[in-house]
Amino acid sequence: MIESSAAIPFADNAHEALADPQLQSALTGLAAVSRERRRLVLASTNDWESLRDRARAIKDEALSHLDRYLADFADHAEAAGATVHWASTADEARAIVIALARQYDATTVVKSKSMLSEELELNHALEAAGISPIETDLGEWILQLAHEAPSHIVVPAIHKTHAEIARLFTATLGTPPDADAAMLTAAARRILRPAFAQARMGISGVNFGIAETGSIVILENEGNARLSTSVPRVHVALMGIEKIIPRFADLDVFLKLLPRSGTGQRLTVYQSILTGLATPGEGPEALHIVIVDNGRSRMLAHPITRQSLACIRCGACLNVCPVYQQVGGHAYGSVYPGPIGAVITPQLNGLGHAAQLPYASSLCGACRDVCPVKIDIPALLLHLRAQIADSAATSTSMQANDVPSHVIERLSFTLFRWTMRAPWAYRAATGAARLGQRVARAVLGPRWAQRLGVIAPPLRQWTAGRELRPLASRSFRDMWMRHEVPNVTASTSETEGQTRTSTPGSRS
Amino acid sequence: MPQVSLFITCLVDQLWPTVGVATVDVLRRAGCSVNFNPGQTCCGQPAFNTGYRNDARALAERWIELYEADPAEWIVSPSGSCVAMVRHFEELFPDDAGWRDRARRVAQRTHELAGFLVNVLGITDLGASFNGKVVWHNACHALRDLDQRTEGERLLRAVRGAELLSLDNPEGCCGFGGTFSVKYADISVAIADKKIDDIQSVEPDVLVSGDVSCLMHLSGRLARRGSPLRVAHLAEILAGRLDD
Repeated sequence: MIESSAAIPFADNAHEALADPQLQSALTGLAAVSRERRRLVLASTNDWESLRDRARAIKDEALSHLDRYLADFADHAEAAGATVHWASTADEARAIVIALARQYDATTVVKSKSMLSEELELNHALEAAGISPIETDLGEWILQLAHEAPSHIVVPAIHKTHAEIARLFTATLGTPPDADAAMLTAAARRILRPAFAQARMGISGVNFGIAETGSIVILENEGNARLSTSVPRVHVALMGIEKIIPRFADLDVFLKLLPRSGTGQRLTVYQSILTGLATPGEGPEALHIVIVDNGRSRMLAHPITRQSLACIRCGACLNVCPVYQQVGGHAYGSVYPGPIGAVITPQLNGLGHAAQLPYASSLCGACRDVCPVKIDIPALLLHLRAQIADSAATSTSMQANDVPSHVIERLSFTLFRWTMRAPWAYRAATGAARLGQRVARAVLGPRWAQRLGVIAPPLRQWTAGRELRPLASRSFRDMWMRHEVPNVTASTSETEGQTRTSTPGSRS
Repeated sequence: MPQVSLFITCLVDQLWPTVGVATVDVLRRAGCSVNFNPGQTCCGQPAFNTGYRNDARALAERWIELYEADPAEWIVSPSGSCVAMVRHFEELFPDDAGWRDRARRVAQRTHELAGFLVNVLGITDLGASFNGKVVWHNACHALRDLDQRTEGERLLRAVRGAELLSLDNPEGCCGFGGTFSVKYADISVAIADKKIDDIQSVEPDVLVSGDVSCLMHLSGRLARRGSPLRVAHLAEILAGRLDD
């Protein structure tokens, strides 16, 4: 597995994010918006669950025969006039795009929103090669002006408030400081419109690649993807290997699921289905589809991790995640934030690089509830945690400064296991803890737990924001064994008020 | 008479034994015979959720053996997350069909208290009464792992004198998350604050949940914030035992 040099310091990033009033203000309301969106989604379909099941079945089918479907896709796309390129790494993908830009003398390229291009850090590579990329999705363009990375898969500039964007536009474009959203959008439009005409190359992502027809499908709301893929001389489409769906008819399910899950829309404003080249004189003269692996095929190998590739990048799991709602996207230090990012990033970039991310979850399961393709994200997080715990045991892929705490953690769980394997050990350990608690309280006073935290980091972490509930003076098992659990007999208590509402085992 | 063997989780046993007592009470009121096997310890959830599967497997094997030998038809616990762990046991034996089968069979007998009362026994009204305004926190593992979307609320609605208030975000996580609460303590507390703000905005007399882990976390934060709001396990309300 490729190990990037520096580990993502999620804990530090999150700490800063929690203390950033601007970010917190931008994130306010995300939870309410996502709940309202979900309500609308469920209200606008009467077959939501069966849509999810069908979508997942289609993705599972595509992923279990991915080699065949990718070959079909490439054959059909080339038969329709496209050129297909294969990139197994980010380096290869970047080199292909740069070579194409040079081949077509493109010094400026317009880009519509593509998470894959972010993953490839394509803009940096293009700039280094003397080619100017212009993001044309409004959110992405704002971030390009601000020299920032996206913090959300679908709403890239969600971490910025309106006031911040107005200030940015005033500084860079000279708009009035009190400009409203419509004025800011109009200012962006005045600059972006001529760019489509000037650029010789347009770069887009791909939402779905249809094996049966060789078509690529792009969903968007602003019309910039349609312009980017039709006005310039050449269109370069970047597609991850997992975007394949087998048949044209499968699109139906995803056209319902993706907009509803992503933005709460029944349909995005534009849906472009591009099959090869149009008749000469219409649209670009060349279509190049770059199919990128960049670590994805590793996820195919295991039945648990394979489902990571079913993701259609709707962002619904970010919106409902209590952790994402608190810290935003940048804390994840990755193109893919939130629950799905905590799952994908370690698999794409290496466990050692992203070892903190799978733990950045309370395992509440809200992500699994909303996922339109039913990815069991908590199961994936647990799977990755197990891999990290195993690799930490051999200390091969962990950052040096993480090793001591992992050694302590491992020892703690070994001790935990031996204590819990024998009731006498459990009783002895909890009895000792009770005694210790009594001594600590006597010696250290009422704030004993916080004071003890100095030598016990988990206690310190707990008591930093919460009071510790002390051990009860007597455990339940002691009470039971000494017959101190009061006996409320059925005869005295069952007499009134009890009604049987349904047959045993029934649900409502 | 349904025979129930209790699964009293570590936190209930050590921190909140009154919840165990209330659970016994409630089950007896529901017409069950109740037994407790003092050989039980932990289900291994902390190890499993932190990635230590070998440790979790050792405890799962022990747990399975203990309850396989138990003649009671049902195993009932006042914790959704520990019951969810029991339902996860089979994942710990990917290469052992025998253990997987044993894990599945014992998991089928195991229920969270509210789910057992409503879905197995078909009881929603235990004749309990409580005078006051109540907020229900549906703990995530009962809600989503066990798919118990309404059971706790249905039991509370039948409590005489109790006014069940609705939250703005009733399915919001409290932020506990086991070792998450100490690995990312500041995020965990920030999530608790959001939950507590939601709870306090409706001015309840008591916050009720079906998992003491959530209650330990929320009451710890409430106390630090200086709030006098009481917390109670559902079993304590249903048993009329709020003497904690």
